[in-house]
Amino acid sequence: MRWYIPYGNPTYFIWLAVALIPLMLGLLYGHRFRWCQTLISLFFLILTFGGPNWHTGIALICYLAYQIVLVGAYSHYRQRKSSANKGWVFVLAVVLAIVPLIVVKVTPAIQSGKQSIIGFLGISYITFKVVQTIMETRDGIIKDYHPVVFAQFLLFFPTISSGPIDRYRRFVSDYQNVPAQKDYLDLVQTGVHYVFLGFLYKFVLAYFFGTVLMPQIQFAALMAHGFSWYIVGYMYVYSMDLFFDFAGYSLFAVGISYLMGIKTPMNFNQPFKSKNIKDFWNRWHMTLSFWFRDYIFMRLVFFMMKHKTFKSRITTANVCYIINMLIMGFWHGETWFYILYGLLHGCALVVNDTWLRYKKKHRDKIPHNKLTELFATFITFNFVCFTFLIFSGFLNTLFFGPSKF
Amino acid sequence: MDDVKETVLSILKDLTGEDFSTKLDENLYDSALLDSMGTVQLLLDLQDKLGVEAPISEFNRSEWDTPAKIIAKVEATK
Repeated sequence: MRWYIPYGNPTYFIWLAVALIPLMLGLLYGHRFRWCQTLISLFFLILTFGGPNWHTGIALICYLAYQIVLVGAYSHYRQRKSSANKGWVFVLAVVLAIVPLIVVKVTPAIQSGKQSIIGFLGISYITFKVVQTIMETRDGIIKDYHPVVFAQFLLFFPTISSGPIDRYRRFVSDYQNVPAQKDYLDLVQTGVHYVFLGFLYKFVLAYFFGTVLMPQIQFAALMAHGFSWYIVGYMYVYSMDLFFDFAGYSLFAVGISYLMGIKTPMNFNQPFKSKNIKDFWNRWHMTLSFWFRDYIFMRLVFFMMKHKTFKSRITTANVCYIINMLIMGFWHGETWFYILYGLLHGCALVVNDTWLRYKKKHRDKIPHNKLTELFATFITFNFVCFTFLIFSGFLNTLFFGPSKF
Repeated sequence: MDDVKETVLSILKDLTGEDFSTKLDENLYDSALLDSMGTVQLLLDLQDKLGVEAPISEFNRSEWDTPAKIIAKVEATK
């Protein structure tokens, strides 16, 4: 038996096609065979977290037990009649929920690249789901807590390794219902289309950019010692690879979810067409950026405006943009290039808002037409690619890495 | 009833600079009149002026995206 990262190779898809048949037939005739879904999930989880990866499987089981108890305890606290709903209990619950992730993220930084033993593939994505559930429980929006449904939500195997990040209430309403036959047929049609588009993205385009072009241009850039045009070439090639690889993976995750009658949200919407950086974050890795928007940015703004931390609304927004994107940078990992990536995007959001305000004020003097829109898209695209170059860590290898030649 | 409507419309006018009394079904997000900043401001204003305690997670964009829907939501909490 071989072990697989999700959607990593053709055999994984053959397993998928076979395993999903009973579940799909059930859904087509109005039944959701939950035991069947659980068995399939278990099978695919073992494919990913079993065998030579068994220790990450143990880590996953321990992590899961810990979070189920934690969210259960917090939910119990909130559901009691006359719940005090204290702020510090909420903060404590969130801190406890993210402690494992922090340990996993910080360990390589302080132990020269060594991975923490409590880590496993997809821990950050599960953590997002946990934190979001705690926050909505705090708000009183999530009222029922079922440990088993919660575990199904966290472990939903099509999205376990890298999202898209679904929302608890949305997932549960899909999971507890069966779509009408006509709707399900539409879902299957779209799902199959997504999976095939994913093949094109991941196994053709990302393969071309990432496996064919990238090593050559990387080698040329390293041989040039210092600044060269190859770095610019690498920047575009890396950006294309990043997009097609991740968008391809996301298409698989969403497509397979659809076949299972779960409408996992989309992750990408033609991001390179964005006219400005805010537009970009509404199109790129959307479930992550919306998570940050809803659970960090808006809450921070709400808190600061309510407590009148800053006099001006503009300052509040700007401070929150920077904090929001910095946290996203830290979330990617504790290296200078991830953090700088976050900071750059925070600053870009500030600049973008300032420019839009200026433009609105001087509407009559600043031209706005197809050409300026094209120019805006061009600037946004290049800025984004530049930040991806930072993000790739290639500059780190190039300028600070051990000399290879 | 009309009180709620008037207040919501005046809050929206302060936020976006537009009068929505004749276009109650205009999508506030599609037309980029409201962003996440504006949304928070809207929630705070609704809290201050109408006593609506709507937490942020209650706020689902597709359910609050037109003036008419906001008015309906506010009236439902009354």
